[in-house]
Amino acid sequence: MAEGGRTGGVAPLLERLGGAVTARIWRLGFASRFFGYMLLHSGTALRRFQLTIREIYFAGVQSLIIILVSGLFVGMVLGLQGYDTLQRYGSSEALGILVALSLVRELGPVVAGLLFASRAGSAITAEIGLMKATEQIAAMEMMAVDPIARVVAPRFWAGVISMPLLAAMFSAMGIFGGYLVGVKLIGVDEGAFWSQMQASVDVREDILNGVIKSIVFGVAVTWIAVFEGYDAQPTAEGVSSATTRTVVTSSLAILALDFVLTALMFTGGNAR
Amino acid sequence: MTDSAAVEIERLSFGYDSGRPVLHDISLAMPRGKVIGIMGQSGCGKTTLLRIIGGARQPDSGTARVLGTLVNGLDGDALYALRRRMGMLFQFGALFTDMSVYDNVAFPLREHTDLPDELIRDLVLMKLEAVGLRGASRLTPAELSGGMARRVALARAIALDPQLILYDEPFTALDPISFAIIARLIRRLNDALGATSVIVSHDVKECLDIVDYMVFMTAGRIVAEGAPEAMRGSSEPFVSQFVHGQSDGPIPFHYPAPAYGDDLAVGAAHG
Repeated sequence: MAEGGRTGGVAPLLERLGGAVTARIWRLGFASRFFGYMLLHSGTALRRFQLTIREIYFAGVQSLIIILVSGLFVGMVLGLQGYDTLQRYGSSEALGILVALSLVRELGPVVAGLLFASRAGSAITAEIGLMKATEQIAAMEMMAVDPIARVVAPRFWAGVISMPLLAAMFSAMGIFGGYLVGVKLIGVDEGAFWSQMQASVDVREDILNGVIKSIVFGVAVTWIAVFEGYDAQPTAEGVSSATTRTVVTSSLAILALDFVLTALMFTGGNAR
Repeated sequence: MTDSAAVEIERLSFGYDSGRPVLHDISLAMPRGKVIGIMGQSGCGKTTLLRIIGGARQPDSGTARVLGTLVNGLDGDALYALRRRMGMLFQFGALFTDMSVYDNVAFPLREHTDLPDELIRDLVLMKLEAVGLRGASRLTPAELSGGMARRVALARAIALDPQLILYDEPFTALDPISFAIIARLIRRLNDALGATSVIVSHDVKECLDIVDYMVFMTAGRIVAEGAPEAMRGSSEPFVSQFVHGQSDGPIPFHYPAPAYGDDLAVGAAHG
């Protein structure tokens, strides 16, 4: 009797687990088709580029303050922590290299990506979700205007264009923060700080790889944001949970993609 | 097929999922140039019927022919070509909240025509004048009252001079003055444009004043149809209950439940 009861309890559990996994795979497939459709219907966003520029203002320009301030503080902390470690080995003049490489290779793209996901990604999801809840998307369809071409694609391309620029500004601000703390506050030699940085940071190996990372993060974050908004349940609760999912999923995507990209980019270089 | 019908529906059935049909075997012809009202209580399938006419849903069986085009299996460019000949007013207007009143009305013109800005300006002001809101062109949707928003949405719906205008619950949550304005506008714009209008609503008394033809639906079926005068005097129990707003009739006041006495007795037994 008890045995029978236990089997009866396990089967529905497995069924639920299977159902949840299948639902997620379906959703991933739906998101991929959505991505393909969006790319195919990007003509309007690129032809009428003022639509994309308007979204670059909302996603990119309005994220500038948080990106610049965060970049400054991250660079200042790097300056303090880096100096503390380097001076133990008597190589505090290498502070410039440490700050620049940390920012350009890793912290710039990753932290700017995380901030972009919470500032611009969430706003994109909420906006598209609310447009759906208030029937603005349906109204556009009834006016024979494709909402994916007119609303979604310009936001996607705006995110993809903004993200590497924001990451570059984050890194530049961070290097300035490291300079302020290392050179102006602690007193590391200014010439050594800049010249060592200049000699050690490679355009292709370091800067270009960082830019590639930030473009990949831009695609991932904005794709997740527009898809979650478009797929949101058209209710207050639906839009709120879609916004949360955007921030959580894109943050995890950034960190996972960062590991994969770093493994591909830098390990190969060191092995040679 | 008759040339005079803007919308022809034949033996149409539809369900959102296979177990729960929403529309059963609907046949209906809507003549051109007329204002047609589709009445019924919430959940009777009237909005679903409107969605099928607009091509947002495909019938499971039967056919729907709109402005001479069969909507069954229609998608992509052909559907959008048909929709360019239609206008739709949504329940709460569905204005684009990031645009001004002017830009909302100009939206379909900018998307579908290559007209110069000066001409678009004149057209937008003409449409806004028709709904009495030319002076409000610079306002944003957030600054409009519910009735004004509905009128702007109406101006946007007629921006491309549609042959068919669909109204989804156009009177919901309006004060009596706005209500009367919207009702009069629906009639006047339909006659001025020579269009056909389909109004889905449950505000039966007001609709009877402006429509040429009335269709009553309940539980996904048409139960009565005819001219407004005939409907006012109809002895059909559902129409009579609906037109006179009686709380009980063919649509029962009580949701299906076990016998009252039995239900109370269960509580007493547990006590």
